[in-house]
Amino acid sequence: MLNTYAVIGLYALVALTFPFIVLLFARLVRPSKPNPLKNSTYECGMETIGDTWVQFRAQYYLFALVFVVFDVEVVFLYPWAVAYGKLGLFALVEMALFIGLLAVALVYAWRKGILEWQ
Amino acid sequence: MTLNDVVLTPILPEAILLLTAILILLIDTFLGDKRWLTWIGLAGVVLAGVSAYRLALSEPVSFQGMAVSDHYTAFFRMVILTATALGLLVALNWLDAHGEQQGEYNALLLLAAIGMMLMAAATHLLTVFVALELLSLSLYILAGFERERATSAEAALKYLLLGAFSSAIFLYGMALMYAATGALDFAGIQQGATMSPLFLVAVGLLIVGFGFKVAAVPFHMWTPDVYQGAPTPITAFMSVGAKAAGFAAFVRLFVGVLGVEKVTWVPVLAALAVLTMTVGNLAALRQVSLKRMLAYSSIAHAGYVLVGLSAANSTGVAAVLFYLFAYAFMNIGAFAVVIALERQGEGDVTLSQVRGLAHTHPLLAGAMAIFMFSLTGIPPFAGFFGKLYLFQAAVQANLTWLALVGVLNSALSAYYYLNVTVQMYMAKEETPPRLHWRPVLGLVAAIGVLFVIAIGIFPQVWLGLAKLGMLALLG
Repeated sequence: MLNTYAVIGLYALVALTFPFIVLLFARLVRPSKPNPLKNSTYECGMETIGDTWVQFRAQYYLFALVFVVFDVEVVFLYPWAVAYGKLGLFALVEMALFIGLLAVALVYAWRKGILEWQ
Repeated sequence: MTLNDVVLTPILPEAILLLTAILILLIDTFLGDKRWLTWIGLAGVVLAGVSAYRLALSEPVSFQGMAVSDHYTAFFRMVILTATALGLLVALNWLDAHGEQQGEYNALLLLAAIGMMLMAAATHLLTVFVALELLSLSLYILAGFERERATSAEAALKYLLLGAFSSAIFLYGMALMYAATGALDFAGIQQGATMSPLFLVAVGLLIVGFGFKVAAVPFHMWTPDVYQGAPTPITAFMSVGAKAAGFAAFVRLFVGVLGVEKVTWVPVLAALAVLTMTVGNLAALRQVSLKRMLAYSSIAHAGYVLVGLSAANSTGVAAVLFYLFAYAFMNIGAFAVVIALERQGEGDVTLSQVRGLAHTHPLLAGAMAIFMFSLTGIPPFAGFFGKLYLFQAAVQANLTWLALVGVLNSALSAYYYLNVTVQMYMAKEETPPRLHWRPVLGLVAAIGVLFVIAIGIFPQVWLGLAKLGMLALLG
């Protein structure tokens, strides 16, 4: 019992110190020649034009919610499809129920006019 | 697992309510006259009630070891379905002012009811948690239903934040329970129960989690603001339903599963009961808002129920069931009167607004007086026998001091309950209260009065049902 915890403790210790060792080592061996171009934010595309503190439309949020309907569906559908051969009829009914419920959510959102941009 | 293993029978009432809720959401988008939605909801509740009754006649059936349909579950289904039906009814006219969202209101109410009934049926901590979240999430939205009123939004936010916090604590308790016993199902927990520190911490965290949900002091901070700010029909529904559901799982886990021999949790709950009763009643004394007063009163009533829970004997469990049933009628009845008094868009009623009510609306005032008498615990109304059985159980469990504290608290509560009656009957007001009188509110108040009196006159009948529920738990 105690032995297994010791292994976990040792593993945690190594995991925690490893990044610091790597970073420290890199700092010691790498050359340091900064210039304005290197320090700029080149990785994330264009630099922003204007103020970033703008209001977003609440409708994006509704779209995001509807997106989750499909998103979650796919997350469950893939493993289900892969293991379908072993699961049998039970899983088919379960999945039909699941998709049926999500379809109801979509119909509801549709009828409430959430899919139309206002 | 094959398809034949999955029998939906034990959770048929819940399934019926779920289908009704989905139907309401879909029909809502096609229907012109939204009033039908309430009646569809009521039809679903009645159907669920019938199936719950039929289930109660047969032998207990387990649903995959996750939930069980026994007499204990059946009793709480009766309490919760009653609260749901009355909750749908009291909102009928109030919803007219919120024409667009009637479908959501009715559907969410039914979803919350499913969560509540599943909590009573749960025999697995995961079921308890999922049911708890289902009922909480629905109630968070319902508390903030009047979006244009700031107090309603405040209520929803406070309820959400503190509710999420308490759910996390509950979940942590579950995790530690699993670590200590290696099981999440109630039977496994019962076998693995030991007095190890880990187990005790888990039990403590679960007490805190349940304490939040049933609004026991010192975990009651959210209650007054949420009950006052939420739309009154919702306050009526959740003060009864959420409390009954919380206690249902609380009692099943603590009295039915943990028991008093292995773990000594009784002193903790007895202390909570004393605190809850006293703080609730003392705070209620000073309130000028009727809704806030009823919120503190509901805290105090959670304290009385905790007395029965602390007794942890057969009398105590039966008394808890009996009390929650009686409480449903007197509390929703009182809130129906509050809704009748409410002015458009205010969402609150002050004590001065009931002044002289007896002179303009004698029937309504009479109903309110009966509810106040019953909440105080004056015979021959339902509340009296509820308290009598609770305190009797405490005496039987050698907790006479606890029963004494309860009696003293009842005396204390008489001041603010009877004050409402005094204001209605004795006080003269130049401008008597004007009401938006609705027949359906009268119906709910009448049902409330009828049952408060019927339970008070024939307590043995209802106690018999409560005892059946208790026997399912304690054998």
